[in-house]
Amino acid sequence: METDFDLARNAFGRLVLTTAAGDVHEGVVPVRAFPIAAPDEDIALVGQDGHEVAWIGRLDALPAGVRQVVEEELGRREFMPEIRRLRSVSSFATPSTWKVDTDRGETQFVLWGEEFIRRLGKSGLLIEDSHGIHFLVRDLNALDKTSRRLLDRFL
Amino acid sequence: MNSDGSTGVKKEMPIEPWRREAVSRLVDGERLEAGLPLDLDIDLRYSEGLLLLTDRRLLARSPGAEAWQEWPYRPGLRLVHGDHAGVGTLELHDGSGRLAAWRFTIGANPAALRLADEFERQLESRLSGQTVERPEEDVCPKCGAPMDGEEECPVCAREIHAPPSTRTLLRLWRFAKPYRWQLFWGFVLTLISTAAAMVPPYLSMPLMDDVLIPYQNGAPINVELVVMLLGGLFGAALLAWGLSWAKTYILSLVAEHIGSDLRTVTFEHLMGLSLEYYGGKRTGDLMARIGSESDRICQFLSIHVLDFANDVLMITMTAVILFSISPWLALVTLLPLPFIAWMIQLVRDRLRTGFEKADRIWSEISNVLADTIPGIRVVKAFAQEKRETQRFRVANATNLAVNDRVNRVWSLFSPTITLLTEIGLLVVWAFGIWQVSRNQITVGVLTAFLAYISRFYTRLDSMSRIVSTTQRAAAGAKRLFDILDHVSSVPEPAAPVRLAEVKGRIELRDVAFRYGNRAILRGVDLAIAPGEMIGLVGHSGSGKTTLVNLICRFYDVTEGSIRLEGVDIRTLAVADYRSNIGLVLQEPFLFFGTVADNIAYGKPDATRGEIVAAARAAHAHDFILRLPQGYDSLVGERGQGLSGGERQRISIARALLIDPRILILDEATSSVDTETEKEIQKALDNLVRGRTTIAIAHRLSTLRKADRLVVMDRGRVVEVGNHDELMAREGAYFRLYQAQARNVDTDIEEVGEEVPRLEHKAKGQ
Repeated sequence: METDFDLARNAFGRLVLTTAAGDVHEGVVPVRAFPIAAPDEDIALVGQDGHEVAWIGRLDALPAGVRQVVEEELGRREFMPEIRRLRSVSSFATPSTWKVDTDRGETQFVLWGEEFIRRLGKSGLLIEDSHGIHFLVRDLNALDKTSRRLLDRFL
Repeated sequence: MNSDGSTGVKKEMPIEPWRREAVSRLVDGERLEAGLPLDLDIDLRYSEGLLLLTDRRLLARSPGAEAWQEWPYRPGLRLVHGDHAGVGTLELHDGSGRLAAWRFTIGANPAALRLADEFERQLESRLSGQTVERPEEDVCPKCGAPMDGEEECPVCAREIHAPPSTRTLLRLWRFAKPYRWQLFWGFVLTLISTAAAMVPPYLSMPLMDDVLIPYQNGAPINVELVVMLLGGLFGAALLAWGLSWAKTYILSLVAEHIGSDLRTVTFEHLMGLSLEYYGGKRTGDLMARIGSESDRICQFLSIHVLDFANDVLMITMTAVILFSISPWLALVTLLPLPFIAWMIQLVRDRLRTGFEKADRIWSEISNVLADTIPGIRVVKAFAQEKRETQRFRVANATNLAVNDRVNRVWSLFSPTITLLTEIGLLVVWAFGIWQVSRNQITVGVLTAFLAYISRFYTRLDSMSRIVSTTQRAAAGAKRLFDILDHVSSVPEPAAPVRLAEVKGRIELRDVAFRYGNRAILRGVDLAIAPGEMIGLVGHSGSGKTTLVNLICRFYDVTEGSIRLEGVDIRTLAVADYRSNIGLVLQEPFLFFGTVADNIAYGKPDATRGEIVAAARAAHAHDFILRLPQGYDSLVGERGQGLSGGERQRISIARALLIDPRILILDEATSSVDTETEKEIQKALDNLVRGRTTIAIAHRLSTLRKADRLVVMDRGRVVEVGNHDELMAREGAYFRLYQAQARNVDTDIEEVGEEVPRLEHKAKGQ
């Protein structure tokens, strides 16, 4: 799809979208339509009133400037740390505190119960912590052996 | 188990570590008003920072940075709070732009909101020169819930993050305690019957040494001795039989009682949990837990524990007897014991995880069933039978794979024990023959030993089975205690307030609600007068149903409070409070039973007269009379055989019968056609009269009788007023109304931001 809009950040840190027709939308936010299945495709730009104002078919088809703004904003908005390694779990009975390494750094969270681990496809997992933050395990088999062994006790 | 921890906290509030750092930043005479430890940087990477608010300025050490920044209060400064998908944001703005932005995970949100509120107050007082005015209320500094003079916030205290004790099975004692005397006698009987079973091999010793061997050597058989010995053998067998029967009877009885108590207690606890719990659980899983797990525990208690106790006793007694007869031979006999114990220990861990896994997979299978069977119409309509079969097959295959793996270990276990038994016997034979040849023991002693230890090793074999059964039962017990340990997120207050008279005045103060990481309601303020009818309108997903769920106290508010007659509903007993509320849902649920039972659901002791009166008022009387057995007609699982409108009128009669002060109609007429709607509307008009009513309706025309309409949009109240006022204002309501007038009902559904509706989650599983 052709890009027929322009996107910039204003002094308040908000994104301002100008359509080809000259309409200006302030405070638009990019929303991934398929954050797990296709994070870099199908991104909507949603206006302040919650209505979609523009659609991005593919992120890499955008002009570099706009793309950078979108990516930056997505990075600051979409929060789904990807677990790279399990350091330790406090117990195999839940609630259990997990210490993990993620793509966003090291952290720990509380898992309420096994049912908060959801399977995604064949080898993916989505883990919801006690505050409702989602942690992603993209490929179970890509984790190291210790992490897999720990995780296996909860599956 | 949590009481120790919480009392410790109560006595001495620990100083949060960030406060120390904060104090070092303050200048003389400056007062710290609020603080917020930050745990994310601007690009949402985990990193620590600190945001401080004093009576003079805002101070920040951004995550990842060493340097502190400061902003003294000046006109035009604004602190803007927002949150999305588990991340909270605070941004500092002035007239010309954004000065700074901070991020944090949602756990710190209450602290952030408090900081933002405090910022406004401090800024205002600084600029106007007046002292800060704070609302004088006894609320928790963390979450804003009322404290009722308690030192610890009841809302924050229930966030228990400690895992339950791993020695789960010991916790079953709580259920065994009422039966401790039966258990005691059962144990005594076990002791005696085991001892009786020890006698026969012992008697084989004189039988061999004093009767058979002398006979072989030419001496005549001592008939008197033989009769005595055989009599002893028979007596011992008889005694063992009788005692064993008595103990098995007593102990199975006790186990069955414990199992039944366990089921009832778990179900009772489950009923007490909030909708939030049901939202996250699947019906199949819960059913499996209460049904089969309690049964497994019961079996474990009645059969396996009993056997195990028996075995231990037997081994101890045997060991004592063996040592008393011949210490050396006894030593050789008992040598393999530690080795077997070690092996059991080794396999234990592997088996336990395996069995736990097998259990979880088993619930997965029941989940597929629980999903597919109620949804069978959809499955068939879309011709997806194959797909569902495939789903079942996959779950089943996983079950198979897991069990195969467990069985691989398990199947090796039993034969190994048998092999050890044989080897043990061999060793005793060899050592025994050697000792007999050296005249250290008699043939009788060797025979007795062989008789004892062949029993002995069989006991070890069955003892080894205790490993798996214990693990299975422990896994089952853990899953049951998972339910029992779950504290309702709608807790019953310790000292409930009693309302003398309920008129139906409801106030919502700054209510916010979050489900998972989504903020569903924000800053809702609403005062409803007694007898007033409020119509809630808005796009689907605007938070109407959530608001109603909060008023029903199916969930508790995340922030703010809801008050009935000025009293926070969290301080009222849950059942007392709900008895004031009548609820009519979009899809009425009828329980299996008669029509009369269903109408009298909320008031089981209602007279027949009351039931008929309620049905008349609900315009249900006439069609009920047309049913073959009138009020005694059975209605099925979901009220099969009745139309939607008829079911709805029964549920209206149900609400009428309890004569509630507050009435909630959640899309009560949405699922029926216009003609039926008119019927139901008449019934509703009877219901609404004189009661505080909150009605959600999709068709705005249904709300024409409402005193005030509350228009909601994306979790906020955007407009309040009656129809004419709102139309004159030409705002959100006007647009909604126009859209419907143009007869494009469906558009509204599609345009609204999709927020999952909680009651569907809870119901549909």
